[in-house]
Amino acid sequence: MSNLYIARNPRAAARNLGGEMMIMSARDSTLFTLNKTATILWQAADGATLLSEIVANRICSEFNVKFADALQDAETLARELAGHEIMQISEQPISAPAGVPQ
Amino acid sequence: MPEFAAEVERLSLTVEIGKMPVRMHTSDPMFLQMLQDRYAGFVNSSECAEMEFDIELSPPAFADPNAPVRVRQKDGRWSLERGDFLAEWEPVSQRGWIRQDANPYSIDAVMRIVHTLMLAKEGGFLLHSASAIRNGKAFLFAGVSEAGKTTISRLAPPDVTLLTDEISYVRRQPEGYVAYGTPFTGELAKLGENVSAPISALYLLAKGHANRIDPIPEAEAARSLLANLLFFAEDEELVREIFESALEFVSRVPVSRLTFVPDARVWELIG
Repeated sequence: MSNLYIARNPRAAARNLGGEMMIMSARDSTLFTLNKTATILWQAADGATLLSEIVANRICSEFNVKFADALQDAETLARELAGHEIMQISEQPISAPAGVPQ
Repeated sequence: MPEFAAEVERLSLTVEIGKMPVRMHTSDPMFLQMLQDRYAGFVNSSECAEMEFDIELSPPAFADPNAPVRVRQKDGRWSLERGDFLAEWEPVSQRGWIRQDANPYSIDAVMRIVHTLMLAKEGGFLLHSASAIRNGKAFLFAGVSEAGKTTISRLAPPDVTLLTDEISYVRRQPEGYVAYGTPFTGELAKLGENVSAPISALYLLAKGHANRIDPIPEAEAARSLLANLLFFAEDEELVREIFESALEFVSRVPVSRLTFVPDARVWELIG
């Protein structure tokens, strides 16, 4: 079971456009277009909910996927986004910077 | 005791692109003449400028124009660096300097970078695209190298005013977006006309076996636009601004794919 918490990095530029979530890394200008499941992950990344809970409650409940597979994919994506400073990951709950709504 | 200090004459000219005047100072009359020739049609003698640059000419030396561009901001001062030039610019004082040897390519690169920085602050940008005016409306034709920017420019009929075959200049105005002519040339090596018009459409170029225009989803339009924007700065705030600018643009300007065969009939679809 993953003990990771994930949070959106408020410094990343993000916008939902025509149903597609587009995110640009402010650090290296890499552009990501998230698919449906990745968008759910992004929207649920409040820093307070465990990644495993997000996968169980938001992804497995909506898509016909095995929990273990979905969690592994989610962790891979979260780490990749974290590498571009788009997402923050931690084994502790992540509090929002002052003035940034979760 | 005689004084040996000699006053060096300062020569100046103003290059105005996209209604943004940039004044340049040099002590070299030959370099000044080269600038006048290079930016013909965009030069005026106005002393009012959005910014001023003192140009220091160094002796010719090996310098790599293909070296990576570094554009960084620190303490309110931008530094611009490539193998063949070094420059600094302070937006608050609207002043800066450029160090390069006496060639037209380095100053051209500095101008492109400086304009991207100025435009980003107001929601505008430079775009890898040809642009032209027909019937009072501007059309942009974007694409990577070999996509057809030069071809479509070359095929333009006489009633079309070419703004550029390589780098389009886009400013946001309260009523919409406006394209301006630029002296930034591509393969056509022909300066654009120094005129402007409201942007009516952006076409993403693709070569094919028939002329056709197809709508594309907004997200794809945004991705393509972002992929063709000129942007150099390693600056988080500007990255966010350029992202928002691109998305704002595609929400207000129709973006389509223009597939064309390389003959003049493609212009029957434009305007």
